[in-house]
Amino acid sequence: MADAALIVKDLEKTYASQEGRPGSQALKGVSLTVEQGDFFALLGPNGAGKSTLIGIVTGLVNKTGGEVHVHGVNIDESPEKARTFIGVVPQNMNLDYFGKINDIVINQAGYYGIPRAVAIPRTDQLFKDLGLYEKRNDQARTLSGGMMRRLMIARALIHQPQFLILDEPTAGVDVELRRSMWDYLTKLTKAGVTILLTTHYLEEAEQLANKVAIINKGEIVLNDTMQNVLAMHNEELAAKEGFRGGKLEEIFIQMTKEK
Amino acid sequence: MNAYQTWVSFYTIVRKDVVRIFRIWAQTFLPSVVTSVLYFVIFGAFLGSRIGEVQGVPYISFVVPGLVMLAVVTNSYMNTSFTMFMSKFFGRNIDEILVSPTPPWVIVAGYIAGGMVRGVIIGVLVLAVSLFFTHLAIYNIFAVIGFLLLTSLVFSVAGLVNGVYAKSIDSINIVPTFVLTPLVYLGGVFYSAEALPGFWGSLTKFDPVFYIINGFRYGLLGIADVSIWFSVGILVGLSVLFLAIAIYLIKTGLGLRQ
Repeated sequence: MADAALIVKDLEKTYASQEGRPGSQALKGVSLTVEQGDFFALLGPNGAGKSTLIGIVTGLVNKTGGEVHVHGVNIDESPEKARTFIGVVPQNMNLDYFGKINDIVINQAGYYGIPRAVAIPRTDQLFKDLGLYEKRNDQARTLSGGMMRRLMIARALIHQPQFLILDEPTAGVDVELRRSMWDYLTKLTKAGVTILLTTHYLEEAEQLANKVAIINKGEIVLNDTMQNVLAMHNEELAAKEGFRGGKLEEIFIQMTKEK
Repeated sequence: MNAYQTWVSFYTIVRKDVVRIFRIWAQTFLPSVVTSVLYFVIFGAFLGSRIGEVQGVPYISFVVPGLVMLAVVTNSYMNTSFTMFMSKFFGRNIDEILVSPTPPWVIVAGYIAGGMVRGVIIGVLVLAVSLFFTHLAIYNIFAVIGFLLLTSLVFSVAGLVNGVYAKSIDSINIVPTFVLTPLVYLGGVFYSAEALPGFWGSLTKFDPVFYIINGFRYGLLGIADVSIWFSVGILVGLSVLFLAIAIYLIKTGLGLRQ
């Protein structure tokens, strides 16, 4: 059996106190598995620990406990090898705003050891797929927010990763563009790319993901297939409490509300 | 990553920085050239004609090695410290490299190479400018090239360490202003350590820049206050020390990862 795309075991992260701010425990022993081919939605309220978890998996945050395996590779033992499997679209824009968007993506390929001769046609194709081709010689700072998001997706895909992590990729994106991104992500899943998605648009997760985990205050409070999770929906309770959202949204609120 | 992929990654980091250095040439090359012209006019041509000779060479020739090294030291340092700091705090695009499989030592080598390219080009430019003011017959080309490379290496690495660790733009500016400039001026740019009274002469010998200028002056003019091999030893020692710190910082993520 193939290795899971991601195995997280008892993951802990405590941020140290600094500059007058108290320390905080962002992850309290989180465990989850993302199988190859999954479209996995990791949901949670702001500050729940989603971005910390993604930061640890991608090498941007140092964990304080637990284990992470990416495609069977322990990130403590072979961090560089583990990163070859991953493409990441972060929540916050992290672009060289004065760089041409062509160069940003071609350079990213270079950091993965892909020569320019290979990277240039790949970049052109990604830009055509994502509607950025006409802008390829523009500086990143001249792009709209939605185009910057698409640029970050192109950058994450340039080395053809097997495991794509998207941290709120549709935040601040208009409806039309969001739907075109959904179509693109669905195509990627069909092509065999495993996707881990965090989002606050729960209808997005409901439509796209086959597995879902909800994290709250650094702990996983729900982890199952989308089908099983949606089956948990209690129509009577929802009617009693006056919910007006989708099924997943109502379950999310139930799981994360203050007891 | 195999050897070829590692090379591609290194080349990408260097290429990106060198393209930037040339794109903003008015900020990277021009200031040092203009400042050097002023130094040569004031300290060399104007004051130098009144001072006459130092250690058997015209004063204007005597100050050339120090002024070249002044430009190399500050530019190598500023290039890596500023590039690293900007990629951490403005746009946070250092993450592009940190999420990739590029090994820490390649990141360090790439940034340093960018700083060295800028330092060496500026050194050559300032040296070329000096030829408009004085005649120089290079005494030992290997010493000239060796000290140019070693100096830009030491200060590129030191700048990188500063850039990785800096938490604000002040931390980037403090070192060149309050540490590098005094070290360079007190390192014998404008005078020979031999000419200083006992205590001050001894104090100068604790200044690493003194050994840099000493070695480069030997290469250009054939005069030195101390053995150039001792100078080489100091530079190699500093390179190893700063390289070890830089690789440790990138590997552990101190100052870069949360």
